Amino acid sequence: MSSDRRASPSDVVRPRNVGAPIKRTEDPRLLTGNGEYTADRKPDRPLHLAFLRSGQPHARIVRIDAAAARQAPGVVAVFTAEDIADDFKPVVPFSRMPNYYATPILPLASGKVRYVGEAVVAVIATSRYLAEDALDLIDVDYEPLGALARAELALADNAPLLHEAAGTNVLIAREFRKGDVTADLAAATVRVAGRFEMTRKAPLAMEPRSYAAEYDKRRDAITLYTSSNIPGIVRDAVSESLGLSGHCMRVVAPDVGGSFGSKGSLYPEELLICIAARKLRRSVKWTADRLEDVSSSSQAFAEIVDAEMGFDANGIATSLQADVIGDVGAYSIYPWTCGLEPVQVVSFLPGPYKIGSYRGAVRGVATCKPPTGPYRGVGRPISTFVAERLMDLGAAALGIDPLEIRRRNLVRAEEFPYRIASGIIWDKAGFIECLDAAAEAAGYDRLRKEQAEARKQGRLFGIGIASYAELTGIGSRIAVAPGMPINTGSETAKITIDSTGAITAAFGVASHGQGLETTLAQIVADDLGARFEDVRVIQGDSDEVPMSTGTYASRSAVLGGGAAKHASKILREKIKRVASHLLEANADDIEVTEGKAVVLGTDRAVSFKQIAKAVYSDMKTLPVEAREELSATYTYDPVNGTTAAATHIAAVEIDPATCFVRILKFVVAEDCGRIINPMIVDGQVHGGVAQGIGAALFEELIYDEDGQLLTASLVDYMIPSAPEVPVMDVVHVESESAVAGGFRGMGEGGTIGAPAAIANAIADALSPLGIGVSILPMTPERIFRLMEQAQIKRKADE
Amino acid sequence: MTMHVSVTVNGETYDVSDVEPRMLLSDFLRDRLGLTGTHVGCEHGVCGACTVLVNGDSVRACLMLAVQANGAEIVTVEGLGSPDELNVLQAEFREHHGLQCGFCTPGMLMTGEDLLRKYPLATDDDIREGLSGNLCRCTGYQNIVAAIRSAAAKRTEKAS
Repeated sequence: MSSDRRASPSDVVRPRNVGAPIKRTEDPRLLTGNGEYTADRKPDRPLHLAFLRSGQPHARIVRIDAAAARQAPGVVAVFTAEDIADDFKPVVPFSRMPNYYATPILPLASGKVRYVGEAVVAVIATSRYLAEDALDLIDVDYEPLGALARAELALADNAPLLHEAAGTNVLIAREFRKGDVTADLAAATVRVAGRFEMTRKAPLAMEPRSYAAEYDKRRDAITLYTSSNIPGIVRDAVSESLGLSGHCMRVVAPDVGGSFGSKGSLYPEELLICIAARKLRRSVKWTADRLEDVSSSSQAFAEIVDAEMGFDANGIATSLQADVIGDVGAYSIYPWTCGLEPVQVVSFLPGPYKIGSYRGAVRGVATCKPPTGPYRGVGRPISTFVAERLMDLGAAALGIDPLEIRRRNLVRAEEFPYRIASGIIWDKAGFIECLDAAAEAAGYDRLRKEQAEARKQGRLFGIGIASYAELTGIGSRIAVAPGMPINTGSETAKITIDSTGAITAAFGVASHGQGLETTLAQIVADDLGARFEDVRVIQGDSDEVPMSTGTYASRSAVLGGGAAKHASKILREKIKRVASHLLEANADDIEVTEGKAVVLGTDRAVSFKQIAKAVYSDMKTLPVEAREELSATYTYDPVNGTTAAATHIAAVEIDPATCFVRILKFVVAEDCGRIINPMIVDGQVHGGVAQGIGAALFEELIYDEDGQLLTASLVDYMIPSAPEVPVMDVVHVESESAVAGGFRGMGEGGTIGAPAAIANAIADALSPLGIGVSILPMTPERIFRLMEQAQIKRKADE
Repeated sequence: MTMHVSVTVNGETYDVSDVEPRMLLSDFLRDRLGLTGTHVGCEHGVCGACTVLVNGDSVRACLMLAVQANGAEIVTVEGLGSPDELNVLQAEFREHHGLQCGFCTPGMLMTGEDLLRKYPLATDDDIREGLSGNLCRCTGYQNIVAAIRSAAAKRTEKAS
């Protein structure tokens, strides 16, 4: 492993592929139905798994009668927690955090159930239809223990405990402090405050979760095909839990149909399907239906934030304090823990701003809902929503334009690296540059004039700005999730030229739509000196590298890309050494380019194929000691990681009759460092913003007081469709980071900035009516109620 | 009780016996015929990932029983182009980066084919309206609209 270092001039290879909008390698197969997602696997005579899930939010399992199901047509086995008790060790999402209780993860509910949708019984049959038929024959007697439907209720003194061993429903509590926030708030010219909420959300990948445990009876080995973005973590965890050594437990993420975080944790079903395959010595398949996916995959947000910000007379934010309650659901997930989402809210709340003093306290509270877990942006969508609302409230109170107040508070170019009040260090990035670029692209001054005209006509027209920064490509010095014991700070690349001269680059990262087969090949092609189309990238397979974790937290371009650069350079030097023998030239005089080694300034060249032949097959050309295997492996660790930043600007109009919000304009100016593939970067921004629009306007998982999910279909849980998403304008501020290649991670940002920008735009549109925005999504129903309340208040005031 | 189903899929005739009347067309295509290009995203007719053409019209394969397709002519994503020779719409999806994870893509393509054949698609709003029954979580739709717009322009060029 190595630490960061800037490329010295001799390292610099002429960029040809990096920076170009190269068409994706993945596309021909995915466009023709030749992709292979987990559900498409066709193992020999597979069995099919179906789960009986709890309809109770919190209940003791008194008795399970599965006798009839065991006799049903096609049924091969029925498993309850009791039947598999000796087949695994529980997986514990450990953390060094104080005030944290790690709930053990079990394949099936044991003793009691803690949310509606938790798997209780597994039926394995010869077809999915027959397995589901048999579920109807199982009787479970429950003794209700009282639903904990909301975090505030779970905090009450007399509330039932979800995990008795924890002794409390508060699974995690933490506080960050810097300076004397009480004194600074007291001294502030203006104080603004609010109680902000982002409701519970589903990441909702289009491919439901899917697993196929393929059993190899020759070796008593399992290959788990999984719709996961962390196949390496799953391999390590299942291997440990089932007591299978790594070479008997391979985990492959084939084509994966999106995740956005929902496929980024270990799931009980992954454990269960491997246990079943091993017990039955057969391959077993399972794919969630949409109801199962929505009601058992990890969920997002669900936080209430009481926050206050103080400003001096010049609009400089001096102080910030916040108390966060996170409704983390029934379990702490592996490996990230239930602290991941809520703790990051307080970690990132000061955002890209130079706020002097800070206090941020958070409690993660267990409730009868599926666990919250990673979701695109993790913590930052809500921390940005809160901080950006407070900025706008401060601007309004002081009579300063929202653009100007941000310009006064953002960390400036000369102030990096900058440690914000919560302790996060921002690496140099274009904070102000993004703000200015977004304002220019949006035509901010013109928009304000348009707004003045619209207001004269009584139209509800608003403009919203949101600036944010995020840590991306995090190295080993910072845990992706607080106190987590597994290393997420490095990634390995293994690049090989085989005896035919073909190039294979293997990685532990796991693309699920990001196009890593393309972008990593772009980097290898440039740094190795190969043609792009000759580089095959393998990823998402635990057998390919000794240790890996996967793709999450905007890390793969930085860590996978950095590993690719270093491994390519090592292999290029080997190629030069062999070529110097073959061409009878000094290695320093050889350039490697387009799959050939060329003596500089001559037409003397050897191809990779000729080099491979000389090394591996032809026993005469090279002396024995010069026959170095043409492969290189490098594990890259960016140590601290890097910073990405953006400003989003939205213009909206609200129809006062229907209360629908129409987005008239959406601009993103972002700094993701050196761009590998601008086409892919734009696509990531578009998709992220569309999810942010969903969070701002439509998407909400509603649980009733009995812990029942009321929005469990795609009819009731509405994600944006094509007519609801506007044309987006993306501007790139490309400043190189200090890590290898100058990359910064960027896959999550769209979802971080958009909810806040739209919330501010809606608040701006409704400001003539005296209405603020403190909860998302702002559905037409919420807007209608706020307008109604405002009207009643106006009448009362008159 | 099982039934016999005879269908033409992508020009090839399949005679399949032992089909349960309750079997969905989506499961039939994937599990009985091995055509796994048709994806199943919700099984309640909302996401559109399983869209196929049945007798020339776009249909959600999860809302139709296999036995109802007896005698029908079906086109799935496998019937459009091949990796070496993408058809016009597939090529435009690649050109405009109209796919990321690729899971909704077969349904988007089949709906797109149906739209291109039947409607003038004068404005991008018409395209967005036509796609409103197909959900994509990755692209934000912008590049899908651009791909269909470009395919429509090529169709017009070809016609004139």
